[in-house]
Amino acid sequence: MQFFVDPSRCIGCQSCLNACEECETHRGVSMINFDFVDRRESIATAAYVCFHCEDPTCAEVCPADAIKKGDDGIVQSALEPRCIGCANCVLACPFGIPKLHPKRELMMKCDMCYDRTSVGKKPMCATVCPSQALTFATPETIARERREVPTNTFQFGRETVKTKVFMMTPVGVDEVSIDVADYMWEARA
Amino acid sequence: MAKVPGSADAIRDQFGPHLNFEPAGGWQHESQHAPDKLVKTHCCFCGQQCGIQLKVRDNRVVGFEPWEEFPFNQGMLCPKGVKRYLQSGHPDRLLDPLMRTDAGFRPTTWDEALGTTVRRLRELQAKYGRDAVAVYGGASLTTEKAYLVGKFARVALGTRHIDYNGRLCMVSAGTAYKPAFGADRSPIPWSDIPKAQVLLVIGANVGECAPITTSYIWRCRDRGGQLIVVDPRFTPIARNADLYLPVRPGTDLQLLMGMLHIVLRDGLENRAFIEAHTTGFEAVAESVKPYDPRAVAERTGVPPEAIERAAHMFAKAERAILLHARGLEHHSKGVENCSAAINLCLATGHFGREGSGCAMITGQGNGQGGREHGQKCDQLPGQRSIDDPKAREHVARVWGISPEELPGAGYSAVEIMEAIHRGEIKGLLSICFNPLVSLPDATFTREALERLEFFGVIDFFLSETAQHADVVLAGSLQEEEEGVVCTAEGRVVHIRKAVDPPGNARGDASIFCDLAARLGKGQYFPYREPREIFEELREASRGGIADYYGITYERLDREMGVFWPCPSEDHPGTPRLFEGGVSMHADGKCRFQLTPWRESGDPVDADYPVYLTTGRVVSQYLSGTQTRRIGALVEQYPEPRVEIHPRLAATFDVDTGDLVTVTTRRTELTLPCAVVKTIRPDTVFIPYHWAGDKSANRLTHRTIDPRSKIPEFKVSACRLAKAGQAHAQLPTATGASRV
Ligand code: SF4
Ligand code: SF4
Ligand code: SF4
Repeated sequence: MQFFVDPSRCIGCQSCLNACEECETHRGVSMINFDFVDRRESIATAAYVCFHCEDPTCAEVCPADAIKKGDDGIVQSALEPRCIGCANCVLACPFGIPKLHPKRELMMKCDMCYDRTSVGKKPMCATVCPSQALTFATPETIARERREVPTNTFQFGRETVKTKVFMMTPVGVDEVSIDVADYMWEARA
Repeated sequence: MAKVPGSADAIRDQFGPHLNFEPAGGWQHESQHAPDKLVKTHCCFCGQQCGIQLKVRDNRVVGFEPWEEFPFNQGMLCPKGVKRYLQSGHPDRLLDPLMRTDAGFRPTTWDEALGTTVRRLRELQAKYGRDAVAVYGGASLTTEKAYLVGKFARVALGTRHIDYNGRLCMVSAGTAYKPAFGADRSPIPWSDIPKAQVLLVIGANVGECAPITTSYIWRCRDRGGQLIVVDPRFTPIARNADLYLPVRPGTDLQLLMGMLHIVLRDGLENRAFIEAHTTGFEAVAESVKPYDPRAVAERTGVPPEAIERAAHMFAKAERAILLHARGLEHHSKGVENCSAAINLCLATGHFGREGSGCAMITGQGNGQGGREHGQKCDQLPGQRSIDDPKAREHVARVWGISPEELPGAGYSAVEIMEAIHRGEIKGLLSICFNPLVSLPDATFTREALERLEFFGVIDFFLSETAQHADVVLAGSLQEEEEGVVCTAEGRVVHIRKAVDPPGNARGDASIFCDLAARLGKGQYFPYREPREIFEELREASRGGIADYYGITYERLDREMGVFWPCPSEDHPGTPRLFEGGVSMHADGKCRFQLTPWRESGDPVDADYPVYLTTGRVVSQYLSGTQTRRIGALVEQYPEPRVEIHPRLAATFDVDTGDLVTVTTRRTELTLPCAVVKTIRPDTVFIPYHWAGDKSANRLTHRTIDPRSKIPEFKVSACRLAKAGQAHAQLPTATGASRV
């Protein structure tokens, strides 16, 4: 099973964000990165989890060696005794994922619900997401059922980042207006 | 006189709303203790009734776990479902019955509370007649409770005035579907939605008001289905629409008749279906002749070519589904709107087959089940008409009374409030209804409540309406009493009891049974538990339209719900109604209905040039009695905002965060605005979940549809003025402040 993110399906309900903090291992702390893209211009919203990079920049820049990647490809949250709260990872992550929790002087981020995925359950956010913008499924299921196509290679300037989490990309979509006025009859007069 | 006693601040200190952010004992405490049990049940906060498992420890709901096996939502939940557990053990919870005093409310014994309620209701009935007392019910109650409320009003009190807050929900749809097909239920199960080639979603903000339905719509798109969205606002699902029609508030009827005009003009109707399965086509065909695309564009603000394209897409598809909700139904011509939607489906033959049909998306928790078994003023259990002598005889026999003792049809919800206002109704007993927030024209509602000679309320939190009560009977949350509900799909599901009511609060059903006993009618209300009510309800519904006779709690558990009608225990239930286009009318025909045009009851003019429309946000449920007490849900959308298009905002120089005064023919309201391009420039939107000086329903009007009696929440006329600066911002992610 792999994790797939499709912002085009997101309805901005924030169920993922609310459910994440209900997970047993970190109750009260949500690791979901959620935002309105630009509410004035559009209804578009985007919710992200950690992409779990193959070569995680967050771990590379950590002076305390507090961020570990497991054999399963999951990049863990910072280890509590090691993390010195320097926020290097926060600044370095190309996706803007890790968050520093000032009260605990600890970086925390999505660990793909390690407690759940390690016992065969789906991550909490991908289970509850009503539009399945966040989905945990086999690549075969995604290939069969989705019209968008997954990719896990990202280009940041000259740097290429490969990740464990897949992003769904639209096929053959033209520019779409989101200003209601552009759709109205009066708008043509 | 039922004015709110004491000071508003004192009431707020004592009864809230306070925000509950964390489970009992705090997050840390919670994560260190395993739950005693997981209870498979359903979310209480909308008509989808998602399956959910509640974590229970020490008689409190302390969290949730997704229930992935439940077929409808497969573990999916919206934020209301995720956070619903925080209403359990809430500091505002009523733990004792309350009596009004001059200074506020004092806790009392059940004996005094029940005794006073019964004495006062009796006195009023003795003095002014039986119908001087009315009962309000609600569509978030389990079906057992809804049934009980109807029976209690008619048998224990003998009043004909019993109605419920479903009157504010989807009665226009029911009133249109019944004459067309003989039954009031979504004709399709949701599993049909992904099978359509074209989905026409009209007046339904699916992403926010029926979030799980989004996944069905996206599954349809994944299979190549096309999506048409009709709404004055660019709602979250419109983002993925193949065609978006920005209809002007109140003109949906023109649009639907215009689409039918095009279908007939271009010969795209399904003649074979019309001839084999329908009546009344010719008259309807004649009636849409004047609705040519150009004329319709003028009225609706939708370009003619977009109307043409929508009509062609819908008619030419082999399988197409039309989904509608409150946006189509909350109008003084709500029934005509729904009938026009039905006419379009019948004319194109999109009906009674897999992946084809029309469906209402019911809103309230038990919006469907709550209207089927007798708390509607004009219906008896089993969706039977109260005017039908056979139905009266059947129900009277099950109840052990004579048909003559059974009162006739009474007033609807808005009409009851008007009768209170003019002094015709003197006493009210209300459960699961917060009319001060949810009825239109809140100032009028407040005046009416203040005129009541006796007001008794059954509630778990002291809602704004309950603050006007003389006696408050501390009742139960959904998770505190067993029962069934019927989902938007028509699937009856089992609500399991997770915890006992806390303190001295009691199960709602037992409160009604006690009241009945004190009214001297105890023999008609002998139930010891909800199951016994359900057994009687099965009999009462037997042979009716919504026939539950073959449904048992055990079957619901085994089969993950059963779709009605289900006339016998070996009947599999009926996921898709009207299979093959055969209606439940005696002749099996579906009936086209004429849909004459009417103007809104609150027309836009030079003094009030802007349309005001109201609705919901994803993090709040109805009048907010429950969800305005749950911290995370409040943070997500803390207070109502007026949505305004930049073009309209520029005309009076406001920007996001500024305060705007919205004035209608009733009164004015000042709220922060959000300037967004996702709404028509001639329309503003305000969500209605709040009370007092944040209550959108102070602005709305009391015009109702003459048949469904639904208020016209979706169209009011208003004018706007800048009122200063506020601190409000555009919506952002919640959670930041919780970190
Ligand atoms: S997405 Fe950011 S936080 Fe996650 S592994 Fe990559 S660099 Fe680290
Ligand atoms: S739960 Fe899904 S639809 Fe809702 S905000 Fe998160 S990603 Fe978006
Ligand atoms: S409010 Fe509705 S959609 Fe949200 S979890 Fe509850 S039942 Fe599901």
